[in-house]
Amino acid sequence: MAPDTIKVGKHQIDAKEYLAPGHTFCTGCGEALAIRLACKAIGNDAIIAMATGCSEVCTSPLPVTSWQLPWLHTLFENAGAEISGIEAGLKAMMRKGKAPERDIKFVAMGGDGGTSDIGLQSLSGALERGHDFLYLCWDNEAYMNTGIQRSSATPYGASTTTAPAGKLSMGQSTQKKNLVEIFAAHGIPYVATASPSYPFDFINKVKKGVAIKGPAYIHVYAVCPTGWRTTSDRTIEIGKLATETGVFPLYEIEGGKYRINYEPKNLKPVEEYLKAQGRFRHLSPSEIAKIQEKVNEDFALLKERAERLPAG
Amino acid sequence: MSKRVPLEGSFATAEAARMADVDVIAAYPITPQSHIIERMSEFVHNGELKAAFVPVESEHSAMSACWGASGAGARTYTATASQGFFLMHEVLYFVAGMRLPVVMAVSNRAVGPPANIWGDYSDAMSASYTGWLQVFAANNQEIFDFTLSAFRIAEDPRVLLPFMIHMDGFTLSHVVEAVFLPEQEEVDAFLPPYKHPYAYNPDNPCCYGSVMSPATYGELKKAQDVHVRGTIPVIKEIWKEFGDRFGRYYKPIDSYKAEGAKTLLMVAGGLSETAKIAVDKRREQGESVGLLTLHLWRPFPFEDLYKAVEGAENLVVFDRAPTLGGPTGPIIGEMKAALFGVRNDLRVAGILGAFCGRNLEVTEFEEVIDRGNAICERGSQEMVETVGIRG
Ligand SMILES: Cc1ncc(C[n+]2csc(CCOP(=O)(O)OP(=O)(O)O)c2C)c(N)n1
Ligand code: SF4
Ligand SMILES: [Mg+2]
Repeated sequence: MAPDTIKVGKHQIDAKEYLAPGHTFCTGCGEALAIRLACKAIGNDAIIAMATGCSEVCTSPLPVTSWQLPWLHTLFENAGAEISGIEAGLKAMMRKGKAPERDIKFVAMGGDGGTSDIGLQSLSGALERGHDFLYLCWDNEAYMNTGIQRSSATPYGASTTTAPAGKLSMGQSTQKKNLVEIFAAHGIPYVATASPSYPFDFINKVKKGVAIKGPAYIHVYAVCPTGWRTTSDRTIEIGKLATETGVFPLYEIEGGKYRINYEPKNLKPVEEYLKAQGRFRHLSPSEIAKIQEKVNEDFALLKERAERLPAG
Repeated sequence: MSKRVPLEGSFATAEAARMADVDVIAAYPITPQSHIIERMSEFVHNGELKAAFVPVESEHSAMSACWGASGAGARTYTATASQGFFLMHEVLYFVAGMRLPVVMAVSNRAVGPPANIWGDYSDAMSASYTGWLQVFAANNQEIFDFTLSAFRIAEDPRVLLPFMIHMDGFTLSHVVEAVFLPEQEEVDAFLPPYKHPYAYNPDNPCCYGSVMSPATYGELKKAQDVHVRGTIPVIKEIWKEFGDRFGRYYKPIDSYKAEGAKTLLMVAGGLSETAKIAVDKRREQGESVGLLTLHLWRPFPFEDLYKAVEGAENLVVFDRAPTLGGPTGPIIGEMKAALFGVRNDLRVAGILGAFCGRNLEVTEFEEVIDRGNAICERGSQEMVETVGIRG
């Protein structure tokens, strides 16, 4: 008999694969890795609603599917509303004795586009209404499924197909929208950032997110070798660089209290992270300095918040 | 034993949804639909109905939450109008394509610009190709009856499709009429519990909403079309049972003083009752004219149409939705298409009016009859002929 769990050091991971192989994600896709790990943390007894994007398209080409859990493709902008209806419906039926009482984990997933842009309203509504669900945002920092167009989560300076670097432009001219703080401002019980480059931290957070009563939001860093112009063997490394440089810090906000999960002694220079990706290739030293300054500022602000409002 | 109570149209549809013991209502307010969802939330918050009322932040989310709830196996109800209906549009296709029996009342209202709140069928007509079953109610009793029977039809395992009840904004939604309400036991006997064969269930994981290629999409859409068209016998069967139980029988197209009539006037919705008076007047004057009230809009009732127009020489169709730049009105156009090649001897005229709550009097329906007959005799008409509209 196959083992139920795999032991990695002091960690136990569910051995079952909920995302079957044969999907059509690009090699080295960070989103695919994140979904695989997240589902191991979610386990059975879940219903998943997923917004349109790479992960939807790559996992469900008829007549096959990678999903071993009940899964539905919603639309691009309505995963929040959809999971609200599923949760409200099943819970109403349980209250009325029409469905057996059981603890079902309601999970919605979407890309950065489906979360920060077109689906922001629907998710905000679902969080504000307090439905009991976990939302996982796969942040690969652009609309990858449709060909690397910019989103409001695209970082300053990145070249995308709708904000390309060119004679008159250095790519994205705006700062990345801070979704984590936006959702934390909804006053929901749990908000976190996570990255598959730190798999155990990620798995723990997903477990926490589904266990908590009420809405939870996890912002997941998802390296996209295709859209970021890197090679497929550097996904984990770039993910680590993002955290080590302070570009993507790992932290949790639980009941409004902050906990930074991983704090390098000294942040690596952001240049190391930028130089690893073709989407930043065009940046001049002065632009890189500007980005470094902003990363320092943001990281200091995060630390200040964590000191002021520390989680126990 | 049924009782007769005064109810505005909004409360009639809400009462039917309450008696149907819906599990979820997800809705967003818009005039003239608001009374419906206010009444539903009252029911929930007074304990008169055990259901979840999901106060979503938009109509797009309303229909999305209905999709989620219905897919999870909950009996689901909502209501909207006009701009809200248009915001839902994308989701309407998916709820139909996912075979989910959501029931929705639409307090029909014109679309802007100009900003407005009054009734016509611009919203209804925009959903003709979404795959929803659709009826037009002509009075508040019909609003109740069509809402109640909609759950039974939509949830029938042979159907499993969403159902829209169109009810005129204000002139029905806000007008009080006497409505017969059945006893709860009678409703329970008529309406068995909803059970979707593929409800979202962790014990039976299914994949919903796959990506499809050109190699299969066409076949699927064809099958969906065949399925939607094929629901007419079930609709009739259930309306017949409804009649046997509650004493009120419905047909896709109602005929009034139509037998042997040379001219038939066709009207959908509440104005058909005004048109009835015009027909009575003309009958008294010895004119050979009858009325067809169009109830079932989707699926299109071809056979019932052919039967209803048997023996008639002229058909005058009245429409309440402008089709900017398109051929005539939507109902007129579809009637012509359905009759072409089948009844080439039948002359069809079309007249539009009553946009955005503009009242149409009995005398104006008489004008519709006269002008319709004249068009039929002449054999030609302007692409757009209107009544009661200046210019
Ligand atoms: C209403 C609507 N608008 C546009 C699209 C086209 N579209 C599909 S996926 C997508 C981008 C998805 O981006 P994101 O959410 O970041 O997910 P990713 O593919 O990057 O994982 C777009 C623009 C759509 N499906 N629906
Ligand atoms: S484009 Fe990027 S996100 Fe999409 S499958 Fe490929 S690597 Fe993954
Ligand atoms: Mg993306």
